[in-house]
Amino acid sequence: MAAPQQRRLIFKHIDEPGYTNDLACYQRHGGYEILKKAVRMPPPAIIDEVKKSGLRGRGGAGFPCGVKWGLVDRKSGKPIYLIVNADESEPGTFKDRYIIHQDPHQMIEGVMISCWANNVKQAYIYIRGEFPHGARILEKAIAEARAANLVGPNLLGTDYSCEIYVHRGAGAYICGEETGLIESLEGKRAYPRIKPPYFPAVLGLYQCPTIVNNVETLCHVKHIVDMGGDEYAKIGTPNNTGTRLLCVSGHVQKPGYYEYEVGKITLGELLNEVCGGPLPGRTFKAVIPGGSSAKILKFGETFTLKNKDGSTRTLTVEELPMDFDTLAAAGTMGGSGGVIVMDDSVNMVEALANINAFYAHESCGQCTPCREGSLWMKKITARMVHDTARADDGVLLKSVADQIAGRTICAFGEACSWPTQSFIAKFGDEFKSYPETKKVAKADGALELV
Amino acid sequence: MIAPTKPDLVTVNVDGKDVSVPKGTNVIEAARLVGVDVPYYCYHPKLSIVGNCRMCLIEMGMPAVDPATKAPIMDPATGKQKINWIPRPQIGCATNASPGLHIRTNTPQIKDCREGVMEFLLINHPLDCPICDQAGECKLQEQSTGYGRGYSRFIEQKNVKPKRTQLGPRVTLDDERCILCSRCIRFCKEIVKDDVLGFIDRGSYSTLTCYPGKALSNNYSLNTVDICPVGALTSTDFRFKMRVWFLKQTNSIDTESSVGANTVVWSREGIIYRITPRRNDEVNDTWLSDSARDLYKPVRATDRLTASRVNGVDRTLDMAINAAGELLNAAAGAVAVVGSGRSSVEEQFLTRKLAEALHASTHLVSRVGEGDTILISADRNSNVRGALVTGLIKALPSAKLTALAAAIDGGQVKAIVSMGEDLTMAGLTAAQLAKVPIVYVGTHQNPTVAAAKVVIPSGMVFEKSGTFVNQQFRLQKFFKSVPPPVGVADDLVVLAKLTAAVRGGAVPSELHAVWTLLAADVPAFKAISFSNLPETGLLLDATAFAGLPFVEGETMHFQPAKANA
Repeated sequence: MAAPQQRRLIFKHIDEPGYTNDLACYQRHGGYEILKKAVRMPPPAIIDEVKKSGLRGRGGAGFPCGVKWGLVDRKSGKPIYLIVNADESEPGTFKDRYIIHQDPHQMIEGVMISCWANNVKQAYIYIRGEFPHGARILEKAIAEARAANLVGPNLLGTDYSCEIYVHRGAGAYICGEETGLIESLEGKRAYPRIKPPYFPAVLGLYQCPTIVNNVETLCHVKHIVDMGGDEYAKIGTPNNTGTRLLCVSGHVQKPGYYEYEVGKITLGELLNEVCGGPLPGRTFKAVIPGGSSAKILKFGETFTLKNKDGSTRTLTVEELPMDFDTLAAAGTMGGSGGVIVMDDSVNMVEALANINAFYAHESCGQCTPCREGSLWMKKITARMVHDTARADDGVLLKSVADQIAGRTICAFGEACSWPTQSFIAKFGDEFKSYPETKKVAKADGALELV
Repeated sequence: MIAPTKPDLVTVNVDGKDVSVPKGTNVIEAARLVGVDVPYYCYHPKLSIVGNCRMCLIEMGMPAVDPATKAPIMDPATGKQKINWIPRPQIGCATNASPGLHIRTNTPQIKDCREGVMEFLLINHPLDCPICDQAGECKLQEQSTGYGRGYSRFIEQKNVKPKRTQLGPRVTLDDERCILCSRCIRFCKEIVKDDVLGFIDRGSYSTLTCYPGKALSNNYSLNTVDICPVGALTSTDFRFKMRVWFLKQTNSIDTESSVGANTVVWSREGIIYRITPRRNDEVNDTWLSDSARDLYKPVRATDRLTASRVNGVDRTLDMAINAAGELLNAAAGAVAVVGSGRSSVEEQFLTRKLAEALHASTHLVSRVGEGDTILISADRNSNVRGALVTGLIKALPSAKLTALAAAIDGGQVKAIVSMGEDLTMAGLTAAQLAKVPIVYVGTHQNPTVAAAKVVIPSGMVFEKSGTFVNQQFRLQKFFKSVPPPVGVADDLVVLAKLTAAVRGGAVPSELHAVWTLLAADVPAFKAISFSNLPETGLLLDATAFAGLPFVEGETMHFQPAKANA
């Protein structure tokens, strides 16, 4: 069976020959027509369309966008802020960067529609510090849009005004956590806030109601307003609507960006057919389906999942459809769409050492379990790789990870412990035999990180 | 006495025990009320909640109700309403009491959570308790004993951080001991409004430090040492001086201003080693100025008066008393008694009695400085209100004794008794001091001592028990922490002996007996005794003094307008 065709909404024009990221080109391809349509609609109608569309956040958690907008406190009398989370830092994820670089106006149109829908007068784009070029592109695109009366005062001749500001981060993964992002935007250390009471929808930026959405999510809003929520909901599968961008990296023949209807392609189709399968002479060993913090899947394992009618079905890794719910049921997550593929050349201890180095470096240090646990796990795996490994280090690693997950202020606790938990659960033998393995083959020197 | 406002009470259930607490009380405080210990590091009752230590994790549940009908769902096994427990542990510090809230602190999950946090906090901790000043009063020690596993699984290299950073003139930081609870940062920001501390670097390498070009030099910096749950922030003064478990704690009162912050004096074998704040939610919360902590230093100063002297020659106390008695009797009717706004209520009362026996005029010297709006008020006398209440003075004092100076020059005053006041500071010239014989009762050398005919040494506040009336008209008691130097008698004894030596005078010298007299003599003290006075003090009826132009501005828990109204 051939793999399904890509359904390109976000990437409709991106990669077309001659498609540039300036306003003229965007408008030649029908740009900002949807914004013109939106400002003739009453804002609650747009929120309704987004609710009907079933759009789920593309940043990682997959929280329904319409529900998020519905939680915003609109009675406080305080201004409502919209923040575009462009702090794309999850290892293996690189979709937002591509949108910003190739089609910034699509995002800005989505932002302006969302601002109109939520009566937002000021929107911030929080872009990670490592994207200086992206920030410059956004600044230029916003200036173009402002000159064309598509951003700024008296938008498109209405009495509605809305400004967009670009704020560059300073290079911290934790700024992608929405309350950490808000703290950083306020000029403080990006320490995530405790929830309760600081839910962004009520006490967000400057203690005002705030919406924080991912770049890709806001692009989808444009298409929802274009085709209508009901029509959009027909794309993809129930509860997993629309298309999503998948970033495939690692040991496949054709890594890159792909846009598919959610749940309409299986992991096997994606990797074997779309991405051309493993490198010559290699076989797939494992895959992380949603950014490095998602739990790893081991090729050869099977999942017994419940159907709606109560019966069960058994799926292999290759048979897993790439949607939020099925991946969650399989014990991992769709996350940010970063698919990281590992073939049989990879030693899992060394791969985990790499991931742990990242999370130890990026833990903000606010709360105890994550701050101490992430560095401890890194020290253990680094020692295993570069110094003396013990057969029971895997057991210790898992125990440390278990002491972090679910006990921290923000989701970083899970993000840093899920890799360890899943690696040990699925590749525990490799950890146990690693001291022996090392006697035969030397560790990869390139792993010396942080 | 002001009746507390009735709070809104809600009933919560802690480990199966129901307890009624004011709405909004957090779980840590609610559990404390039923004797359940919820351990914590970062939480502090007087600071904002950050929830970063994760030590106070608890299981939380709410009574189950049918979503449609709102009818309670009953548990057939127990016959009680079913509780929906949240699977994830919640932090107790940020969980506020709401009706029906159920918490569990004694489950395997919570035990595991606490063991986990304890292990994490200790892996990069230097474990240098044997040389750490905090040992003995360290939360990390206490809670690792109470909630830790007792062994370590950590075989990696510990993080290396700065060991002795001088954050300011009085505070030394050992960053390796720091558990990053951020109490000190929040204290500086929220209480002193001097935002000088912060973290640099990330993750486990986070390091506490001052902002570039700043120093932790405000007059409240040592509170960060008090609230530091571990040995990271230490007092440069107290560092390596004494093991805390050898120290005796005595409740006392800060005498540097009329705020009357509550303190604990820590001493061993007659030597004071440090002063720390004592919690009083109506006065100083849990804070104390740095300057108040230095007040014990003059106790062992070289210019301390330790011998009674008559005409410059050392004499016994009784000989000095006799000399003073003769001198005062000779001048009876023309004696001026200069009391002190720093004497205790009891001493002021006996000073009044002495003045009455001598038909003497009474005077008081005021000391006015600048208030800091926190815990130091403009009135730098600790007990001016005591002098008013005991009737020693009728009007507020001024800084200079101009009337007394005129009376000396005019010959109406023929002898002076000074209760520790340096009269030259109060505006009297050396020539005026030379004109009249002076009986000086005080603690340290000064020009008045040099000019006095009779000098009787007395005790400092740490060497006696008594009471002060602070700016709120709160009567607060302090206790004797250390004995006075050899040769120094209790002030009350000196005053009683002096009064006895004067024609027609007789007063008790023992504190409780003085209080019996005070309760009978002073209407505001009716039914009060030294024993029944609560540790946190008692607000007196101040209506009689409402119109007086007190100098204090606003400080913590004190608003002058309210006090005068």
